[in-house]
Amino acid sequence: MEPLLSETESTALWLTLKVAFWSVTISILPAIAVAMALARGRFPGKSVLDGIIHLPLVLPPVVVGYLLLELFSRNGPLGLWLKSTFDVSIAFSWQGAALASAVMAFPLIVRAIRLSLEAIDPGLESAARTLGAGRLRVLLTVTLPLSLPGLLAGTILGFARSLGEFGATITFVSNIPGETQTLPLALFSKAQIPGGEAAAVRLTLISVAIAFIALGASELLARRMRARIGLKERGPS
Amino acid sequence: MIEIRIEKALGAFSLDIDLTLPADGISALFGASGAGKSSILNAVAGLLRPDTGRIALGERVLFDSSRGIDTPVRNRRLGVVFQDGRLFPHMTVRSNLLYGTPADGTAAPPAFDDVVDLLGVSHLLDRRPGDLSGGERQRVAIGRALLMKPDVLLMDEPLAALDGARKAEILPMLSELRALRRIPILYVSHQMDEVVRLADTLVLVDGGRIAAMDSVEALTSRLDLRHLTGRHEAGSVLRGTVTGSDTEWGLTELSVGGAKLFVSTLGLERGTPVRLRIRARDVAIALTPPEDASFLNMLPATVAEIAEADGASLDISLALSDAPHAPRLWARITRRSADRLGLRLGLPVHALLKTVGIDRHTLAGPHK
Repeated sequence: MEPLLSETESTALWLTLKVAFWSVTISILPAIAVAMALARGRFPGKSVLDGIIHLPLVLPPVVVGYLLLELFSRNGPLGLWLKSTFDVSIAFSWQGAALASAVMAFPLIVRAIRLSLEAIDPGLESAARTLGAGRLRVLLTVTLPLSLPGLLAGTILGFARSLGEFGATITFVSNIPGETQTLPLALFSKAQIPGGEAAAVRLTLISVAIAFIALGASELLARRMRARIGLKERGPS
Repeated sequence: MIEIRIEKALGAFSLDIDLTLPADGISALFGASGAGKSSILNAVAGLLRPDTGRIALGERVLFDSSRGIDTPVRNRRLGVVFQDGRLFPHMTVRSNLLYGTPADGTAAPPAFDDVVDLLGVSHLLDRRPGDLSGGERQRVAIGRALLMKPDVLLMDEPLAALDGARKAEILPMLSELRALRRIPILYVSHQMDEVVRLADTLVLVDGGRIAAMDSVEALTSRLDLRHLTGRHEAGSVLRGTVTGSDTEWGLTELSVGGAKLFVSTLGLERGTPVRLRIRARDVAIALTPPEDASFLNMLPATVAEIAEADGASLDISLALSDAPHAPRLWARITRRSADRLGLRLGLPVHALLKTVGIDRHTLAGPHK
């Protein structure tokens, strides 16, 4: 019996999941920090930071990919630095694909976390301080637990955005099967060649399937989390 | 002693407070919404930074602008109970209660069990705040503040969000708390019934200033303060002692500043001190005691003060004896009646009260 997925397909699928996983993983902590700064901080240049963070949402992805290429190519400033310091190069590798996805997903993740931070009643944090909690304890025991729904939403959004990342990825790390050819890139390649329609349809179905699985899982998680932090508290007493 | 001397500009409103409160018992900050009561409390808690001034608990200085002292909120060791409870929604009741307990374990059982029992929340420990009623939430909030072993308890209208029944369930607990623990309480309220029930010292706050501070009895008997103390239900507060009971008629006899008073039976021991609130509209005045009226209580009194009330009414303050600080009743009668009786200062009269005019619910717990 033939396996459900061809080798090319399963390679592309696993690569896509790997890239999406790492893109969210490297984004999440910086995203929390930036969301905190934007939601709570008062500092000069806040609106500039806000603008820069949101840039990937409004720029054509190809532009973002090109900028990354300029920065991280073997002769780019950051590429040279990475090469000399860590002896690594991320251009044209799956790590580069993860970075491109992370940059594109970052504003979405920050936005989701920031919204949930802003929804937290600051009175709860004051209450924690009157009970003797220092800043770090307030952050770890009150602020972050209460922003978990936003954190989860941000993670899911970022993951979904990474699964579909195309423009920045293909510009930055090209379309190399087995290295940087994620599902959307594979689909693009198949659609370009005559007689590739059947393969393209299969890749489309795979994409639809993981989209559904991701949505279902996130809904389930969100429901459990809302119950856990007792969000019905917000209702009338 | 609790010293609160602060100035703070808050937009068009300004706070200018100079207040020294006793270090024990309940001090009530009473006033209309927006009078600045909660701002005073927040300044003491450290949640509102005064422009200048000094806040000290005995020797412990919490804030002193001239010496650059501003103790951070978390080091002030003041238990704050907010109007909306502010329980952490993602924690169980138990975790909420234990959140502020000192790390040295001084709040380990039995202190924990004591507080839980006192507030009747032992069956709620594993629930989350979202599943609690408003009254239960406030009880947990009070417990959480107590368990941090605070030097002072600050309560910001803790019962304001509750209906009458929930309030009636918590008020006795607060009275008990006050009797059991030697911890001073600063209690912000705009409800006179809570103040009468709980407070030892009454502080009237008006427009960001302290209008007056004294015992509840002294301040409620002053007609010049009635716009502050009598906004909802004008009346005076008297302190009395149970002196006997009349089982045949179902009455309890009280002594109020030497005068005898009968109320529906209270079931209290002889000698128990009580506090009564008598509404001004429940007091009538007669020149001679009527022989054929249903009034149970007719107290000889002297007209001590007469002041204009609204339109057709006058407020009359009646001293129950000639002593300088004699208890006073407050009667609201029409101008026409006063004229007919020829009321004037120093005139001996009789104050007529119905038994029902003495509201059992305003009876305070044991007072010193």
